[in-house]
Amino acid sequence: METIPLNSPDREFIREVQERSGQNVLACYQCGNCTAGCPYNFAYDLSVSRVMRLVQLGQREAVLKSHSIWLCATCQSCTTRCPNSIDVAKIMDVLRHMAREAGYATERNVKAFGDAFLESVEKHGRVYELGVTATYIRKTGRFWTDVDLAPAMLPKNKLSIKPHEIRGKEHVSEIFKRFRERDAVKENS
Amino acid sequence: MRIGVFICHCGSNIAATVDCPAVAEQAKGLQDVVFTTDTMYTCSEPGQNEIIEAIKEHKLDGVVVASCSPRMHEATFRRALERAGLNRYMLEMANIREHVSWIGKNKERNTVKAFELVSIAVAKLRNNNPLYANKFDVTKRVLVIGGGVAGIQAALDCADAGYQVVMVEREQSIGGKMAKIDKTFPTVDCSSCILGPKMVDVSQHENITLYALSEVEKIEGYVGNFDVQVRKKATYVNWDECTGCGACMEKCPSKKNIDKFNEGISKCTSINIPFPQAIPKKAAINPEGCLMLQKGKCGVCAKVCPTKCIDFEQKDEIITEKVGAVIAATGYDMFDHSVYKQYGAGQYPDVITSLQYERLMNASGPTGGHIIRPSDGKEPKKVVFVQCVGSRDPSVGRPYCSGFCCMYTAKQAILTKDHIPDSDSYVFYMDIRSPGKGYDEFTRRAQEQYGVQYLRGRVSMIYPKGDRYVVRGSDTLAGTQVEVEADLVVLAVGAESAKNAPALAEKMRISYDNYGFFMEAHPKLKPVETNTAGVYLAGSCVGPRDIPTSVGQGSAAAAKVMTLFSKDKLESDPQVSSVNTSRCIGCMKCATTCPFGAIKEVTDRAGNVKAEVIETVCQGCGICTVTCPQGAIQLQHFTDNQILAEVNALCQAQLDF
Repeated sequence: METIPLNSPDREFIREVQERSGQNVLACYQCGNCTAGCPYNFAYDLSVSRVMRLVQLGQREAVLKSHSIWLCATCQSCTTRCPNSIDVAKIMDVLRHMAREAGYATERNVKAFGDAFLESVEKHGRVYELGVTATYIRKTGRFWTDVDLAPAMLPKNKLSIKPHEIRGKEHVSEIFKRFRERDAVKENS
Repeated sequence: MRIGVFICHCGSNIAATVDCPAVAEQAKGLQDVVFTTDTMYTCSEPGQNEIIEAIKEHKLDGVVVASCSPRMHEATFRRALERAGLNRYMLEMANIREHVSWIGKNKERNTVKAFELVSIAVAKLRNNNPLYANKFDVTKRVLVIGGGVAGIQAALDCADAGYQVVMVEREQSIGGKMAKIDKTFPTVDCSSCILGPKMVDVSQHENITLYALSEVEKIEGYVGNFDVQVRKKATYVNWDECTGCGACMEKCPSKKNIDKFNEGISKCTSINIPFPQAIPKKAAINPEGCLMLQKGKCGVCAKVCPTKCIDFEQKDEIITEKVGAVIAATGYDMFDHSVYKQYGAGQYPDVITSLQYERLMNASGPTGGHIIRPSDGKEPKKVVFVQCVGSRDPSVGRPYCSGFCCMYTAKQAILTKDHIPDSDSYVFYMDIRSPGKGYDEFTRRAQEQYGVQYLRGRVSMIYPKGDRYVVRGSDTLAGTQVEVEADLVVLAVGAESAKNAPALAEKMRISYDNYGFFMEAHPKLKPVETNTAGVYLAGSCVGPRDIPTSVGQGSAAAAKVMTLFSKDKLESDPQVSSVNTSRCIGCMKCATTCPFGAIKEVTDRAGNVKAEVIETVCQGCGICTVTCPQGAIQLQHFTDNQILAEVNALCQAQLDF
């Protein structure tokens, strides 16, 4: 295992996580209650409490490269259980954003699904299920993912061939546009 | 008037951010000041001698010391003045440490503020008069509130020293929490075997009067002369006649009462003696469960009682006692674990509290010392202990560590293995707090010799699976989630302040903290004293304490009482209100606003109504002085003239340094 050099913690990383999440990571006393309640712990490479610890130690790389932050389902068990009332799920969310911005997407498929979902919403004003599936498959090459759900979804008209258009979908795409412009301004400033 | 001013450096505490020599130099210009100096440590012996010499050499008749808070050293400097032959009230202090140097970094502005405080003190001192204390008698009897191990120790020590003790206990028997415990850590000796003899001593000591099932109703008066009212609750049994034979308990048909002594894990009869070693060993009727008192028919106990001591007509009784000192030893209560819904606490029958587990292990408990599951009576093979339930958890308003749970959990895990050799115990902990003599060795023994599995992490949830319970927690040392199927789960509940502790504190006029624990006069240097003279503290009413500390504090509080009682006369504080009778118009508004009832109505020789202050009752709060429309009642040492002089001094033009 790697030795963590304590002399050079990434203070900027700690500050950014705190600022963007609005949480005080120093309030964590490592009781492990977040890990104890986490329903996705079985799939994690780092348990939630270890993610919190590595944030406290300013270990940017180790945290942002972890698979756990992408596998978190934001069920908020950790947030509910935390004796120090830290919104841990919020921190996981912020870390996911930061990982994406830094070009890390350790769980490529999770990112691909997120992208496909947002693309569909931007285009149609709501989700076009078959379109999302198609984009997801194109991006990941996973043809048989969740194919067993199709027979149940078809009769309920959840997998229509054509997208459902909604009224005012241009307003939805306007939201995306505004977001990108704001981001661009931020980057320029 | 000739005033001397002493500016203290307090090492670098003050001098680092206040220009002390400049303040001393500037103070020379103040009216009536004839001598000023600055010293390194004014409170030291050379520092005090400097004051005494200056008083003699410069014929001073008043002294200003600018240093720390008067709470720290006012008494020190007053004594120095007395040694030099001055009245102790001719001292004024300016707090230039807590109020200046410790809170500001700007030396220039600090220096200005320090000088302003000095000039305020000088202005007041110019209006000071010598005051003289009166002497009054001490009633050499002590009231001990609470009959747990701390109260028992305090009562026995005072009684052995020859003083009369009045002990008031809320429950039916003394003994407190210790009487419920099976064994004590780290020696694993039987709790009731070591406490029992002390309880018997209390009941047999000629100097101790015990009121069980009683509560303090009211405390009036002051150090040396308290008037106490005790409410002796109706027991419906004449305790002078009751022999504690238990015949009534055998025949009582109402057997479904919650057994408070056994922490609710068993039922008891309406007429009951809580446990075999109870002191006093007398029966009492729980009126809520008694058929006779509720429905008017039954009376079986009265028929079988061999001494005919049942009295259904008995009423609460108010008893008054005169005492000179009060020791509060009211202990603690267990945290209400049912707050932890995720543990099924109070919902699943086999998720119990640590104190309930003590009753299960105790040979005089409801199971005769056999550990069984409350749900089906089977012997548990897998027992899980969860620590920090209601401790170190800010989300339930209990951020403090209860201190003794780590140790009793280790003890319970060890005893579980002793009782059921083929059982496995698991302990979920956050950190092990074991800083007592032989304590850490004890928790190690639980792990090394008894094979108790310690897991560092909190438990997230407990849920039933078949007739067992799944406990899911984490092991942060292994870095992941862990799960164990348990037959029995014991929650190590923390300590909280006793119910109604704040109400009792207000009766005793002492302070309490955010959690309802009583406040010591000083957390380190006056651990058993309070800010109210004559009221002392012992045991867990101050905060969670284990048995050795509680016993130690019981003895410490007793020693403080003995010190108080070693004097035949006490000096009253002359900083009390006094009435200028020529200005008093007898409106008696002061008497209605006085919170202590210290003002009485008198008639002068001409038959006019006047107010008069009872000096020993007056606490010097000053409410009467602001109430009086005539300015006739004045608080000595804080008169209107003195305070206005301070305000005038403060409003003078600011000086430049």
